[in-house]
Amino acid sequence: MTDTASTSPPVDAAGESKPGASRLWSWRPSGKSPVVVALLALLLGLAVGAVVIIVTTPAILDAWRSIFHSWGGILHALKVTFDNVGAAYRAIFTGAIVDPQALWHSITTGQGWDNTLTPISETLTYATPLLIASIGVGIAFQTGIFNIGANGQAVLGGIAGGVIGSMLHMPMVFHLPLTMIAGVVGGMVAGAVPGVLKAYTGAHEVITTIMFNYVIYSFLLFVVLSTPFQQPGQQNDVGRMMDSTAQLPPIFGVGSGLRVNYGIFVAAAVVLFAWWFLDRSSMGFDFRVTGANPSAARASGINAKRVIVFVFLISGGLSGLAGMVQVASTTHFIDGTFLIGNAGIGFTAITVALLGRNRPMGIVWSALLFAALGVGGRSMQAATGIPLDLATVIQSVIVLFVATPVLVKEIFRLRDTSASTLELATKGWNS
Amino acid sequence: MRLELRGITKRFGTFTANDQISITVEPGQIHSLLGENGAGKSTLMNVLFGLLTPDEGEILIDGEATKFADSGQAVRRGIGMVHQHFMLVPVFSVAENVVLGFEPTKSLNRVDYKRANEEIRRVSKEFNLEVDPDAIVENLPVGLQQRVEILKALSHDAELLILDEPTAVLTPQEIDALMAIMRSLADAGKSILFITHKLKEVKAVADVITVIRQGKVVGTAQPTDSEAELATMMVGRNVELTVEKSEFTPGEDVFQIRDLVVRDDRGLIAVNKVSLDVRSGEIVALAGVQGNGQTELVEAIVGMRTVESGTITLNGRDVTNESPRKALDNGIGHIPEDRQRDGLVMSMSVADNMVLNTPRRAPFARRGTRNLSAVKENAEQLVQAFDVRTTSVLATADSLSGGNQQKVIVARELSRPLQFLVASQPTRGLDVGSIEYVHRQIVNHRNEGNGALVVSSELDEVLALGDRIAVMFEGRISGIVDPTTSREDIGLLMTGSGAADQ
Repeated sequence: MTDTASTSPPVDAAGESKPGASRLWSWRPSGKSPVVVALLALLLGLAVGAVVIIVTTPAILDAWRSIFHSWGGILHALKVTFDNVGAAYRAIFTGAIVDPQALWHSITTGQGWDNTLTPISETLTYATPLLIASIGVGIAFQTGIFNIGANGQAVLGGIAGGVIGSMLHMPMVFHLPLTMIAGVVGGMVAGAVPGVLKAYTGAHEVITTIMFNYVIYSFLLFVVLSTPFQQPGQQNDVGRMMDSTAQLPPIFGVGSGLRVNYGIFVAAAVVLFAWWFLDRSSMGFDFRVTGANPSAARASGINAKRVIVFVFLISGGLSGLAGMVQVASTTHFIDGTFLIGNAGIGFTAITVALLGRNRPMGIVWSALLFAALGVGGRSMQAATGIPLDLATVIQSVIVLFVATPVLVKEIFRLRDTSASTLELATKGWNS
Repeated sequence: MRLELRGITKRFGTFTANDQISITVEPGQIHSLLGENGAGKSTLMNVLFGLLTPDEGEILIDGEATKFADSGQAVRRGIGMVHQHFMLVPVFSVAENVVLGFEPTKSLNRVDYKRANEEIRRVSKEFNLEVDPDAIVENLPVGLQQRVEILKALSHDAELLILDEPTAVLTPQEIDALMAIMRSLADAGKSILFITHKLKEVKAVADVITVIRQGKVVGTAQPTDSEAELATMMVGRNVELTVEKSEFTPGEDVFQIRDLVVRDDRGLIAVNKVSLDVRSGEIVALAGVQGNGQTELVEAIVGMRTVESGTITLNGRDVTNESPRKALDNGIGHIPEDRQRDGLVMSMSVADNMVLNTPRRAPFARRGTRNLSAVKENAEQLVQAFDVRTTSVLATADSLSGGNQQKVIVARELSRPLQFLVASQPTRGLDVGSIEYVHRQIVNHRNEGNGALVVSSELDEVLALGDRIAVMFEGRISGIVDPTTSREDIGLLMTGSGAADQ
């Protein structure tokens, strides 16, 4: 310690340090803000991702192995490291949002807008069904229900939408809304089963929804292989193409090549609905009371069975809508792998809802982030050869840190490290 | 053990919960810490017990400065604590809870349940705290759960025993017994720190009294000081210790119970052929030790528990086995026994809690959409009218003190049109000022010509409020007496032995 005066906070005449002034010297963001925690978790996710890149990229490892072979070996190794990690993250950014060079080209020449806007269009296209499903999961979480069946509900919604969209023929004004309703109803049916089981027999929704997912996956295979629905002339598990009157049309027209579609307006409506429902509706109030304190809910005359059934109908309906939007905006047909495995938006929706703290606007941001990482990850794989799984690593690390806010606060030494200020978003398991 | 706290200060943000508190507990001494709820007693105890770290000050045990990183260290150092809010594992048995963390083991590290049960039986026999070692804690009524807490501390061979409001759920006889235990423990050289706001108990048992108010020590008092003196010191102003009631002019029966039979969670009969009438303009106080069927009786009245046989009649209409929603709509007001579990949603705002059971009633909602400004306005009026101390009606319920939380419930229930009020332990854990307030509200409600059933295990409350006093023992009404009946006689009815006299 040489000159303590320069590091200590300014002292006023009374000898008391001014809290406002001292904060300038050591700015420490409040750990109470979930946004701060989420952003720092993103930072940590990128840092962990960088480590993964370093230890899995042969070029970087070779450079470090040979640091003693020549003068400046360390500098060379650092350069290789930064080049590779930088290239990977640059590829994610340009692949998910916009390539600055292409943007400049388009602005100066007025040409190639389609190309420039493709990354952001892809991110929005990917985010749309994910957002809708996540809102459904978030509403369930707020009610204390762990809807792990969102993926199955989305699949059944997709099946219903795929069938109605391809087997019936009518003008778009009727066909598109009917297809959407079919998706919602499909999801509701898939949600109603575990809902009714929980309400009337007490069967835990985590078990029933997981099991019901498998039932629906098998049903999907049955449907796409059954004669009336199978694509004519196909022997494989491919369903019929939806009529163009049942598809969600691209906003900039079919010819533009940009896939961003009217589904984002459906998603926006869902976000608005969720905000109204949770914040303003009487039923949403019942839901939140039930989620926060089931005993008080009962004493206040809230019918728990009714709440459980309804939350599954709403959550399932939204998941079903998400599945329908997925089909109607991208492939326009379903096949045996629809939303299976990595493409399971219903599972991603669980983490997106958690990251968004189950609140509609929070979910909007986290869905966009996850979509961007997914879409950007694919560009990164194409551009640098680093596998797409890195994006999954980053996503997972973010969620890990968001789920353990205490850890983030400790790492960044945020003010207020008490765990109580950020209540756990997942209550469903114990209720 | 000689315990000394020196200048303990604990701040939460800008709020100073403990401000330079110094007290000394000598070996063999019962030191009473007297203060209202929210005065900082519990914070101080959590500091002492290693659950909170003090910002300033030190803890000396037998003259040696000590710091506890966690409660386990405090326990090993011989400090035993009986918490106000129970620290039990609900799904574990009594025996498992008592030995938790200090389990006797057989070979291969298996828990020796036989020895555990023997240990419980030994300790419960020694201290006259009877409880079934195999019972699951969550199935026990609140009163018995507290017994388990006391047993647990006693079984860990504590040298210093901290009792945080331990008598709230005991009968007068049991309180006497506990006092005797405390005295004999003190005579055996153990130190006891007895936290309470009950003046009678302090006077009966304490050697030294330290009074704290708003986080500061305001002075020490002698057990010989009068109750009024102690109350004034504790609250900082003169307090009325009795409730003024207008003359008792009972009207017609508003509420009748006939031969009611209700089972508890374990399927055992908890309420056994109980009959009771409440007339308009009357408060019937239901006395009894916790766990004698009062909880189940109240739950049956408000629709939260199925009635097996018998009837409940409200204003001549049979309302047996109607849903909680119907009970609310029928105009049965309910101040629940456990306000944090059944009465409030702690993470929601005061305003939302004020309409918790009437969210759809005009003007709070229209066609399924809530009118948040009406909800807020309603809360602002009630906060004013019922003197709820809160920074804002949008503050969450858990930011309020226990007394103010209870006022939120009282305000909510008494502000809606009621036919009948059921208040269960309406002042448990409240400070003198809030008790006075809640009592006055219930009496006002009665003075306006309404009927009320007040369930309480506190004899003071029963005597202060009841126009008639019904005593419950083992699921039956063991007697219905006048409020002029002596405490001893009511105490006997609470143990079932006075039933023959009726």
